[in-house]
Amino acid sequence: MPDSLPADSVGIVTPQSYHFDTPIELACGQALGSYDLVVETYGKLNADASNAVLICHALSGHHHAAGYHSMDDRKPGWWDSCIGPGKPIDTNRFFVVSLNNLGGCHGSTGPNSENPATGKPYGPEFPVITVSDWVKSQALLADRLGIQCWAAVVGGSLGGMQALQWSLDYPDRLRHSVVIASTPRLTAQNIAFNEVARQAITSDREFHGGRYYDFDTVPRRGLMLARMVGHITYLSDASMGEKFGRELREEAYKFGYDAEFQVESYLRYQGERFSETFDANTYLLMTRALDYFDPAYDHGGDLSRAITAAECEFLVLSFSTDWRFTPQRSEEMVNAMISARKKVSYAEIDAPWGHDAFLIPTPRYTDIFTAYMDRVAREVGA
Amino acid sequence: MRPDLEIIQQWVKPGHHVLDLGCGDGTLLDFLQRERGATGFGLEINPDHITTCMSKGVAVIEQNLDTQGLDNFDDGMFDVVLMTQALQAVRRPDKVLDEMLRLGREGIVTFPNFAHWRLRWGLALSGRMPESEALPYKWYNTPNIRLCTFKDFEALCRQKGIRIKSRRVVDGQHQNSWSARLWPNLLGEIAIYRITRENEQ
Repeated sequence: MPDSLPADSVGIVTPQSYHFDTPIELACGQALGSYDLVVETYGKLNADASNAVLICHALSGHHHAAGYHSMDDRKPGWWDSCIGPGKPIDTNRFFVVSLNNLGGCHGSTGPNSENPATGKPYGPEFPVITVSDWVKSQALLADRLGIQCWAAVVGGSLGGMQALQWSLDYPDRLRHSVVIASTPRLTAQNIAFNEVARQAITSDREFHGGRYYDFDTVPRRGLMLARMVGHITYLSDASMGEKFGRELREEAYKFGYDAEFQVESYLRYQGERFSETFDANTYLLMTRALDYFDPAYDHGGDLSRAITAAECEFLVLSFSTDWRFTPQRSEEMVNAMISARKKVSYAEIDAPWGHDAFLIPTPRYTDIFTAYMDRVAREVGA
Repeated sequence: MRPDLEIIQQWVKPGHHVLDLGCGDGTLLDFLQRERGATGFGLEINPDHITTCMSKGVAVIEQNLDTQGLDNFDDGMFDVVLMTQALQAVRRPDKVLDEMLRLGREGIVTFPNFAHWRLRWGLALSGRMPESEALPYKWYNTPNIRLCTFKDFEALCRQKGIRIKSRRVVDGQHQNSWSARLWPNLLGEIAIYRITRENEQ
């Protein structure tokens, strides 16, 4: 809990819910008749609505990207390091919009929301959502907020995929796409990790085919395992080594199978906490959205042909120790943009924290991000 | 504007797609974009320069010519490929020249002349590796690992079938001087070459 709010914080924020009752057609062929999106905004929209920045969240993210909900909050929003007065996404200049995506479990309509057709939670009946579907719903949100063109759409990891998809689906509705620690498509290894996570959830006896709400239970074990395996892929060997090494919780081996190493107890703790707050069906949905993302698919696998549609400028950033979405994946994207003659800037940031580095403000990352966003702000007169 | 940039910009036409190898803080590309309506990219490895490029709105790619090459760029995708004061710092200048003319119809190269009289004089007198304003490093820490003279460069171009369309020789302050024009390899400090393939116009 902060005793007082830091000067570079957006302060106390209150999420808002927007209801949509025009059906949205989804890539899977189904439609959602009506839905809600939970949104936080920081900063002020200027008179010509040119200073709006959309934040797209990653797998376990949500709308609460910056600031605090109350003075009792232990931690600020998930990207507070980059959003706030004087921070790379400077809320003195930009109007920042951050939402919980469709299918999420933090207030936007998702598998744990009530299905109006049955009066019960959707559960497995909730349609599989794709990155393109999210972008479509975000565009409808932009309409509602009076934003015709984003100054920038920004995201890390799965959020970066949305930033890229925006440039292809609504080329004239964003000036800049900022794609951080992301990839143009998952590799077999990435999908394999997602599959292990899904198997952990669906094979939990409490999963009940996704209808655990009806049984007043939660596949806690499965969700915990899913998070544990996911978490390993977010860190680097070096950062885990530095944090835990081979440190034991007690002095000697106990010749048993309890959590004896610090890293074991850390992972268990992370997994348990996650399983208390996250919805298992949402986890399945988010990992599937990751698997399916492949903008080159409809263009014979040629990413640069897919990117031809884009009109915005791109900033692509990768992190040296990210082995989930390696710098090579970012470079693939950059090369496709170069071939398609798009304006793109790229840097590989040296950082020891693996995939999670996109959430951690290292000096070079902050400098580049600040320099780029400052230019975006100047461009739109913010 | 720096006189060398003044010379270079005359060779870039409006709308040209330009690649700048070792673009530094993006001064040249920024100028070409604003004044000549050119588009293009800079390649750079210095983190501070990369940040400065981004704040200027110059598209910059972090890419190391020596270790990563230029394979990610398609044949003939640029009108002009630039390399100012960086040829002497790459591991294989000969291969970089080939790549420049694979990617672009025309190349513009500038580099310091190791046969300038002051360097010759310094070496002859002191018997130590020369230092100058253009080459301010010690022999053991210099990034300039492939120093050459104008004559060396022109010999390499001949050998590779590269045609020199123009050459301008300037002094350390990038000023055009009559003496440097008269005895370039002795009195010129920096040369600006405009090159193309033998069969190109």
